[in-house]
Amino acid sequence: MSDEQNSVSDLLEDNQYKYGFTTDVESDTFAKGLNEDVVRAISKKKNEPEFMLNFRLKAYAKWKTMKEPAWPNVHYPSIDFQDISYYSAPKKKKVLESLDEVDPEVMRTFEKLGIPLDEQKKLANVAVDAVFDSVSVATTHKKKLMEQGIIFCPISEALQDYPELVEEYLGTVVPVGDNYYAALNSAVFTDGSFVYIPPDTISPMEISTYFRINTEETGQFERTLIICAENSYVSYLEGCTAPQFDTNQLHAAVVELVTMDNAEIKYSTVQNWYAGDKETGKGGIYNFVTKRGKCAGENSKISWTQVETGSAITWKYPSCILQGDNSSGEFYSVALTNGHMQADTGTKMIHIGKNTRSSIISKGISADQSSNSYRGQVKIGKNATNARNYSQCDSMLVGDKSSAHTFPYIETANSSVQVEHEAATSKISEDQLFYFESRGISRENAIEAVISGFCKDVFKQLPMEFAVEAQKLLTLKLEDSVG
Amino acid sequence: MLEIKDLHAGVDGSEIIKGISLSVNKGEIHAIMGPNGSGKSTLAKILSGHPAYETTAGKVTFDAKDLLEMDAEERSIAGVFMGFQYPVEVPGVNNAEFLRMAHNARRVSAGEEEIDPLDFDELLSEKMKTLGMEKKYKERNLNDGFSGGEKKKNEILQMAILEPKLAILDETDSGLDIDALRIVSEGVNKLRNNNNALILITHYQRLLDYIKPDFVHVLSKGKIIKSGDKSLALELESQGYDWITPVN
Repeated sequence: MSDEQNSVSDLLEDNQYKYGFTTDVESDTFAKGLNEDVVRAISKKKNEPEFMLNFRLKAYAKWKTMKEPAWPNVHYPSIDFQDISYYSAPKKKKVLESLDEVDPEVMRTFEKLGIPLDEQKKLANVAVDAVFDSVSVATTHKKKLMEQGIIFCPISEALQDYPELVEEYLGTVVPVGDNYYAALNSAVFTDGSFVYIPPDTISPMEISTYFRINTEETGQFERTLIICAENSYVSYLEGCTAPQFDTNQLHAAVVELVTMDNAEIKYSTVQNWYAGDKETGKGGIYNFVTKRGKCAGENSKISWTQVETGSAITWKYPSCILQGDNSSGEFYSVALTNGHMQADTGTKMIHIGKNTRSSIISKGISADQSSNSYRGQVKIGKNATNARNYSQCDSMLVGDKSSAHTFPYIETANSSVQVEHEAATSKISEDQLFYFESRGISRENAIEAVISGFCKDVFKQLPMEFAVEAQKLLTLKLEDSVG
Repeated sequence: MLEIKDLHAGVDGSEIIKGISLSVNKGEIHAIMGPNGSGKSTLAKILSGHPAYETTAGKVTFDAKDLLEMDAEERSIAGVFMGFQYPVEVPGVNNAEFLRMAHNARRVSAGEEEIDPLDFDELLSEKMKTLGMEKKYKERNLNDGFSGGEKKKNEILQMAILEPKLAILDETDSGLDIDALRIVSEGVNKLRNNNNALILITHYQRLLDYIKPDFVHVLSKGKIIKSGDKSLALELESQGYDWITPVN
């Protein structure tokens, strides 16, 4: 039996990391290390308003008193936070009017990644705010969005142009001292995206940000803030890849979402960062991300969909605070681990308002020596009358060396609620693959069909274009090793 | 079409098939019968290309090509179809989608373009109508939660879509009630013509009431010990395998 299992596992071997290259752009990088002066320097460099500096300093003071969390089911050598450079920007102009002004080397990198930051993309009706390292270098479709009053820009720009909006919402969903990495991010973040959808507005296009880590040993601290006002809707897409390096890279992003009455945010992610050397596990990204949304208004909705296929370590729990009555939260996740990858991911659904609803669909695929944990919390407060939750956590094991774990936490303080949890574990069996082959279907196509069948409930939540990309990513992870 | 010459084969190092020779021509139906443990299923596994089963000696050619050199995928493309005794369940993969993948694999290998999904749906509906199959076979996932009879019917549907030159049906009658057996058999009969051939592997002769074989071979302890026409099956039915199998 174990021989059979291994041969299936072999099929899922990752190929050489396709996006493993660095771009030769002169970078403006701070010396390594972190102290209050560095925090002040970042703020000064970005010419930030006073409140932002105070926000950073408060976060830094908090962070100094905190310890790295030890509870996740992941293992890695301790990180020397003084051995990281906290600021890096491509050494290039200030504001760019068009793509022609972007460093050609940067553009070539985007092309290699297949990032469609071009006319085709425009025709496809997707605005792309491409974050290269920590500073945005190009924003498209901005004008078209602006016509409807929609703000979509780098957060550094928002701090200059709309400081009162940023001040009102930043840190209201993820407070500066929320957790170790969020505190660090709050102190040192350099850029990210800002989106504001005014009342009664349906975003005319899906808003998409691609970013990638470029300079070696530069921590990446993205900060994203999306506000969707009354009766509005936006679908936001995030996709990432990173070049191959020997040194582990830390990524500690924070994403905050806020929805007002009857508003909805759909946030989709496809993540494919370098996972480290296939054999040794060396290198790869440490992906320690805090993502949280607050359904502040009644009947509002936040939906997280993620397809996680990369990173050496993933520590990530996109969550929803269901504050408004009748608000709802959704979490759809596919997490694929192979090689020596470790993932501890899931969600938190915090029910505060009445008649709040949440659903969780999590699909974990673990191959090789990888470890894949689902960790989810459903917490229902005493005022959340008639709250409902449905959770389904399925795991698929490939080979006999991988592991899958499920850690559901359910707390209810109200007797009128209804909480359901389902879990199942399956394997891709040699018999299934043989059945496909005996009908003339290649092993590669067979694996793809079984995997996408397993992930169907999540893929169908993705915007069409992203679903295709996600499918491609999973297949890329699995193909080339087939046959 | 199919030539088996002095085949020796087994699994996990033990020899189960101990010298089988058999010749199947187009238009013919051969029934291979035998008691439990006679090597029927091993023969089916070997012909289907199951990786766990190993040939130790002998030759098998299909249309003058070395069948044993081909993997399962190539055998299917070449026109060999295996109707499994226990078809595996594949949750999450839609049955119609699976059938289209199989159909397209064949087209692509023949240098043709993939079929338009709507055209395929039409083709599938037509085949299902011929076999008297309900619409649910399109909508459900591949064998997922199917009863024994439904799985066997689904095998026949796959056979109808793939139109093989040679179909090997392994214990297709096992686990079927009399109605299901009739439906499955009628399906097989509809797919027969002068250019294809059929090997029925079965323990009981009741299947042969519905699908009439040209030749009946009795397998015992890894060898064909007797061959004859349809009447041999009837004789076995009335007298039992003891009548013919060697007593230790």
